[in-house]
Amino acid sequence: MVEKINHLEMQHITKRFPGVLALDDVSIELKKSEILALLGENGAGKTTLMNVLYGLYHQDEGSIFINDKIIEIESPINAMENHIGMVHQHFMLVPNLTVIENIALGYFQDTRFKLDLNLVRTKIMEIAKKYGMAVDPEAYIWQLSVGEQQRVELVKALTLGANLLILDEPTAALTPQQTDELIELLKEMARQDNSIIFISHKLNEVKSVSNRISVLRNGKLVHEGDTVSYTVSELAEEMAGRQINLPKSPEKLEFGEVMLDMKDIWAYNDQGGWGLQGLNLQLKAGEIMGIAGVSGNGQRELADVVSGVRKVEKGNILIDNWNITNHTASQIIERGMGYIPEDRLHEGSLPGFSVRENLILKDYNSSQISSSIFLKKKVIDKFANNLIETYNIKCPDMNTSCASLSGGNIQKVILAREITRNPKVLIAAYPIRGLDIGAAEYVHNRLIEAREAGMAILLISEELEEILDLSDRIGVIYEGAILKVLPGRGTDYKEIGLLMAGVIDE
Amino acid sequence: MSKNTEIKRHRQERMLNFGIVIVSLLAALIIGALLFLIAKGNPFKAYAVMFTKPFTSTFGMTEILVRAAPLMFVGLGIAIAFRSGILNIGAEGQILMGAIAGAAVALAFPDMPKIILLPMVFLASFIGGALWGGIAGWMRSYLNVNEILSTVMLNYIAIQVYMFFIRGPLIDPKEVSYGTGVPQTAVFSKNAWLTRLIPGTRLHTGIFIAIVLAVLVYILLWKTTIGYRMRAVGIEPKAARAAGMNVKAYLLLAMLLSGGFAGMAGAIEITGIHHRAMESISAGYGFSGIVVALFGGLHPLGIIPSSALFGLLIVGSDMMQRAVNVPASIILSIQGLVILSLVSSQNFLTNPRFKEKILKIFDSKSKTRNLKKGGRA
Repeated sequence: MVEKINHLEMQHITKRFPGVLALDDVSIELKKSEILALLGENGAGKTTLMNVLYGLYHQDEGSIFINDKIIEIESPINAMENHIGMVHQHFMLVPNLTVIENIALGYFQDTRFKLDLNLVRTKIMEIAKKYGMAVDPEAYIWQLSVGEQQRVELVKALTLGANLLILDEPTAALTPQQTDELIELLKEMARQDNSIIFISHKLNEVKSVSNRISVLRNGKLVHEGDTVSYTVSELAEEMAGRQINLPKSPEKLEFGEVMLDMKDIWAYNDQGGWGLQGLNLQLKAGEIMGIAGVSGNGQRELADVVSGVRKVEKGNILIDNWNITNHTASQIIERGMGYIPEDRLHEGSLPGFSVRENLILKDYNSSQISSSIFLKKKVIDKFANNLIETYNIKCPDMNTSCASLSGGNIQKVILAREITRNPKVLIAAYPIRGLDIGAAEYVHNRLIEAREAGMAILLISEELEEILDLSDRIGVIYEGAILKVLPGRGTDYKEIGLLMAGVIDE
Repeated sequence: MSKNTEIKRHRQERMLNFGIVIVSLLAALIIGALLFLIAKGNPFKAYAVMFTKPFTSTFGMTEILVRAAPLMFVGLGIAIAFRSGILNIGAEGQILMGAIAGAAVALAFPDMPKIILLPMVFLASFIGGALWGGIAGWMRSYLNVNEILSTVMLNYIAIQVYMFFIRGPLIDPKEVSYGTGVPQTAVFSKNAWLTRLIPGTRLHTGIFIAIVLAVLVYILLWKTTIGYRMRAVGIEPKAARAAGMNVKAYLLLAMLLSGGFAGMAGAIEITGIHHRAMESISAGYGFSGIVVALFGGLHPLGIIPSSALFGLLIVGSDMMQRAVNVPASIILSIQGLVILSLVSSQNFLTNPRFKEKILKIFDSKSKTRNLKKGGRA
């Protein structure tokens, strides 16, 4: 067995992709019991660097040293043999297998054909006990919450012998409470001689979890140092290369007519249970209403019923006093509904289509864009070029496939398409999830502009900061209904956090 | 990276793509050569015949186009379906249903003038194929039946239905009166024959119809709102649905069109070649058409050359069989090997990691060569 990692160095790593210099002479260093945060905007090269370390890519130049010995990491198996473990942003677990079976998948045993699950169970329990984690080895993955699945991923990496863990955006899908728990767990792991590389662009977390920070920008290492010596806003500046303050929506007292009226809405979720149970809400023109809640409390069903892709079992939805309950999605779009979906890659855009074709996704049928059958090429070209310029969409040209854009630019394409249609109601579901801070700033500014233009905006998010920054009112969703509506200003985290957990103190 | 090295790299990559296709073809031919040796044939002679003989005679060259026409029809249909996210494996059955529907019309109106009768035959074939494909499309959209399963099963049913018609209701009355009972229809009146272009060959106008339709399919898929919706549904049904498209209806439409094109391949064969409907009319076009479509990049304008290439393979191997005198089954195996190797080469063509590795080897080689040169000077 190879000895455990006491000291890791990646020196002068350069990696080229056709036409792109993804990493340019990047060096990082990590010692035992350290937590290193790798910061950077999307496309800065964080994930590429970690994929090199984990053996998914091979560097063009530079070398990796473990305990001062140069090593070649050819594949993930190679990385695991060297005690490197990675927890990907999207978990690599088989839902139909139990926790034990999932971990046994990667566990090399002496007996070649016999699967000794007891041995794996002992090992799992040993590790769970060592770090004080609650894990039920017999549970099926599909039964576990996102936070629990992540713990399984951590146990898996440790069981397979890792003592250097790479965590790619580990908090992206966690609630604030789960995030705090994770941070404590990581610190405990570090205390027990593991080292951790933590990839994130959430600065507050980075600040509270890490010892040292390396910041990447455009494939270059622009900054490294001890965490304690920098403030959050300094880090934000390093990351973006300029100063950034996420905008707050200006205070407003007068709002327009009620644009979206949902009365006692009931709808099923995908598992066949009730997703929405008597949800009521009213949204006025020129208002942003934030929907806060732990994910899985009906946010998805709420967005679905309003956009017409999920059946309403009971209740009525009105847009501008027009009943759209159970109308088809295209009728609802006609009535003035705009939608920025949670899943921007598969629901908000067509990844294989060009930017140009994505921009007309909702208007291809309008008389401006097409005659009864034929698409008007010249009009569309002009329309697309115009939007690309107005919304500052970064792409080589309008025929670039949408799949090759960064998350922030895909979101710009969606924003451009939805806002230009000037809808009466705009639903924005997790509009900055997974975006870097520069792109988030852009999205928020556009939403505030849309509010000023008189759109009624429903902002569904799990990031309280985002909701507090933008909302005129905040509805807390719990078990498929709005538990309480709070004013957007003067409300604090704690109050919302309790409501999110279903606690009402009268 | 400087602009010059980028251009150089681009050129290298193009060379590499070409190299990959050649290597994969060679691999197929080498494995095929083993088969020849087992059957005691001369592989060198066989291959020389296969790839050059079709070009040495008018007959050979026209025959390539004769084979390419039905392949192009099927390939276009397959491309429409695949682009719309539905895998149509049932072209073979759809060809037969198109052929029988077209034959029925051709036999029913023998005296209709050519200019009316031929379009009617094609329309009937289109409808026959479309209905057969539509069954699978409808089952996929509204009963959630996997289309691969349903189209393959419908192939078996189609063969029996087709045989029933050419043995029973549509059988040539002469076959009955002579008592020979060969399952085929009567020969159509000349009004249902596609014009032969070169006397003494089988080349007919069908190839032009196929090319015109390829252009029309291109326009349909990329220039119209219908095609826009079909492709959107194919690429990402969730997004298409959120944008207000009726996903189920467009899946069904795609299968109707796809089946219709396969059906017209049947029309081409009965009006252009045999002038009647008879047993084993399709010669496996329904399956080769899938490969033609994939090899043509599921793009109508790629399918035109791709169907010509597969036409050459079919004609060349026919000629080879006669020249080298080996069992026919070996010829089929060679075709299969070539198809497998071409399709597998796609994997390497689209794998940047593999390409990078190869290019690196070449880079280091050329560097050492340069060094040596420098040393000598």
